[in-house]
Amino acid sequence: MATPLVVSDVAKSFTMHLRDGVTLPVVAGVSFSIRTGECAVLGGPSGAGKSSILKMLYGNYAVDEGQIIVQHGNGLIDLASATPRTVLAIRRQTIGYVSQFLRTVPRVSALDVVAEPLVERGEDREAARAKARSLLAQLNLPEKLWALPPATFSGGEQQRVNIARGFITEHPILLLDEPTASLDAKNRDVVVELIAAKKAAGVALLGIFHDLDVRDAVADRVIDVTAFATGKVAA
Amino acid sequence: MTDIATYNFAYLDEQTKRMIRRAILKGIAIPGYQVPFASREMPMPYGWGTGGVQVTASIIGPDDVLKVIDQGADDTTNAVSIRAFFKKVAKVAVTTETAKATIIQTRHRIPEQPLTAGQVLVFQVPIPEPLRFLEPRETETRKMHALEEYGLMHVKLYEDIARHGRIATTYAYPVKVEGRYVMDPSPTPKFDNPKMHRSPALQLFGAGREKRIYAVPPFTGVVSLDFEDHPFEVQTFDQPCALCGAENVYLDEVILDDHGGHMFVCSDTDHCEKRRGDPTSSSWGDRAEGAGGADGQSSPSSTPIPALRADPPHNGEGKEAE
Amino acid sequence: MTDEPLLRVSALSKFYGSRVGCENVTFDLWPGEVLAVVGESGSGKTTLLNCLSTRLLPSSGTASYRMRDGQWRELYRMSEAERRFLMRTDWGFVHQNPADGLRMTVSAGANVGERLMAVGDRHYGRIRATAVDWLSRVEIDEDRIDDEPRAFSGGMRQRLQIARNLVTGPRLVFMDEPTGGLDVSVQARLLDLLRRLVTDLGLAAIVVTHDLAVARLLSQRMMVMKDGRVVESGLTDRVLDDPRAPYTQLLVSSILQV
Repeated sequence: MATPLVVSDVAKSFTMHLRDGVTLPVVAGVSFSIRTGECAVLGGPSGAGKSSILKMLYGNYAVDEGQIIVQHGNGLIDLASATPRTVLAIRRQTIGYVSQFLRTVPRVSALDVVAEPLVERGEDREAARAKARSLLAQLNLPEKLWALPPATFSGGEQQRVNIARGFITEHPILLLDEPTASLDAKNRDVVVELIAAKKAAGVALLGIFHDLDVRDAVADRVIDVTAFATGKVAA
Repeated sequence: MTDIATYNFAYLDEQTKRMIRRAILKGIAIPGYQVPFASREMPMPYGWGTGGVQVTASIIGPDDVLKVIDQGADDTTNAVSIRAFFKKVAKVAVTTETAKATIIQTRHRIPEQPLTAGQVLVFQVPIPEPLRFLEPRETETRKMHALEEYGLMHVKLYEDIARHGRIATTYAYPVKVEGRYVMDPSPTPKFDNPKMHRSPALQLFGAGREKRIYAVPPFTGVVSLDFEDHPFEVQTFDQPCALCGAENVYLDEVILDDHGGHMFVCSDTDHCEKRRGDPTSSSWGDRAEGAGGADGQSSPSSTPIPALRADPPHNGEGKEAE
Repeated sequence: MTDEPLLRVSALSKFYGSRVGCENVTFDLWPGEVLAVVGESGSGKTTLLNCLSTRLLPSSGTASYRMRDGQWRELYRMSEAERRFLMRTDWGFVHQNPADGLRMTVSAGANVGERLMAVGDRHYGRIRATAVDWLSRVEIDEDRIDDEPRAFSGGMRQRLQIARNLVTGPRLVFMDEPTGGLDVSVQARLLDLLRRLVTDLGLAAIVVTHDLAVARLLSQRMMVMKDGRVVESGLTDRVLDDPRAPYTQLLVSSILQV
């Protein structure tokens, strides 16, 4: 079984220059790997650095030490030291990310928000929209909302748009940051189904799930983040 | 020689004339390029042809025969005054006949009768810069000429078509000279533009207020700007001249009364009179030829010509202004 | 995306006497990439933009541009004629104040068509058809084509300026506070439009802005400038979500939350 994501000895701290340069260590010695077709879950109490790890894996947070080796195309790339341009290419082709909150763009419809990652990967806009429609339908987002910009949607509606946007592409690695936090039971089940389908398709998934039911339903194993604790708890 | 009211030949001092001739030569060497020159104060207001007068004064010699037209006419105030001026300060022969003139100073027309080799047409130019109305910065327009950036000229023509359905510019219609410089042909009607193309005569342009001289040497290509789907066209008139019956000439509308009565007549008065066999026409010419005789042999040296005085009228001069 | 950058900037500095305009700026820009340059007024971001767009000559350093034929040319060694040609064909410059980038006394159609005429298009019908197309792409009604921009609102003027710049299919566009001075709703519309055009046309752009939200929305990469120097650079979301330089942290923490 292939291992498209290998994290070794990653450390992260925040230096707060506005607070006299105080350094807040977050995690250190983070080492794990994810195989294709499995869903690993980051476990640990709130503030243990789960979200920070996920963000480092997406290039959203800088990495102080260590390596994040990603199988990108036919090669291996260290995301921790990659140039911005490479990180962008990895995001486009290799690593997908479903964030906790949707960052909306004014005037862009929910349908196009969902279809955009596919269009960015060179897919035809109409084909991408068709796929977006079926995903939004699967996630039970009322059809009358599809043509509206999601800025005014409820938390749960926005979250579903966000999930659809994350799941629409076929990235070999998918990071999930509490995708079910504001969903009702019915839609949580849909997400569980979607994750199962990704696993079956050979995607390597890494997620954070506070909802124990969902976690138990999707997790192949739990990576305990407290093992990477630095003694202090991050903000 | 101590007479303070004595003017140099053709009014300007020799150094000034040399300076202007240099500008003219440079202009001839770079067809269509605007050469800056140190324009002098002339005894007439700006807008009355100070640029043209300085060019004429710099090239005129005692043997020249001068014709001056204003909107095609020899008998308007401006034309009469300038003619009188040169008769007084250069004692040259003057004429109204296009064929007899060696120098024709013009405000806003080119004579209907084709010009010939050896003739010089001097244009009075109010605003020499064709790009001026679109680009007010002189530094920028100079650069645009230098780099041949003439897209803006077509912007103006585009605006015409967008607003009027056709290129509505009828005078000061921009031309490209010898495939290089875009030039304002002065406010002549575009009807006259084709006459500039490969004309055997030398065409000089003087702008007194703007201090620019430019030139089109004989047999130089002058092409009016246009669009492929809106080609350049000259004005046409649906009736001939009401006086001489000429067709394919430029006509002026003359108002006859307060009841809307009007007629269209040749703008080129000499051309019209010739066609009608008007006797006054030849009398102009005869007298002009005679007048040049007195000082005709003076050499164009830098020596001031003492006989010319500002005040007393010379023989026959009074008649001309009638 | 090609493997070669479009623009290579190396150790670029501009001094005004002993005062620093910008100092030692180095970066590469790839085709299709949007780089935001942020910082407060006086940080040197506009000086940098003016140097890059050759509106200003730097005191030292180099900038090379890959021309359409694939040849690399050093911008500051090009003749003025070449630079100006580049400016009106392969480049665009969107000014903060549309009046600086538009001809206010000629019609919208002529404003869009000027670049086409400048590169030798002499067919009125074709120029006008292209202008109509571009006006619709920037959401200006076709029936405004013969109006002067003086009669346009601020947002419309800015959109017209964008159309005027993009009509020749440039590969690199410089933008100086493109949404500055516009109402929030007008700004949102413009940002969305810019975002779409940049994606659809695969434009590379360098956007100077003091508005971090604009930077986040438009750019993939970002440089933070202070006192003429680049204090931090990287992926836009990385810089904004995990700012490392003291000044960037100050900037990010100063954003007003709605």
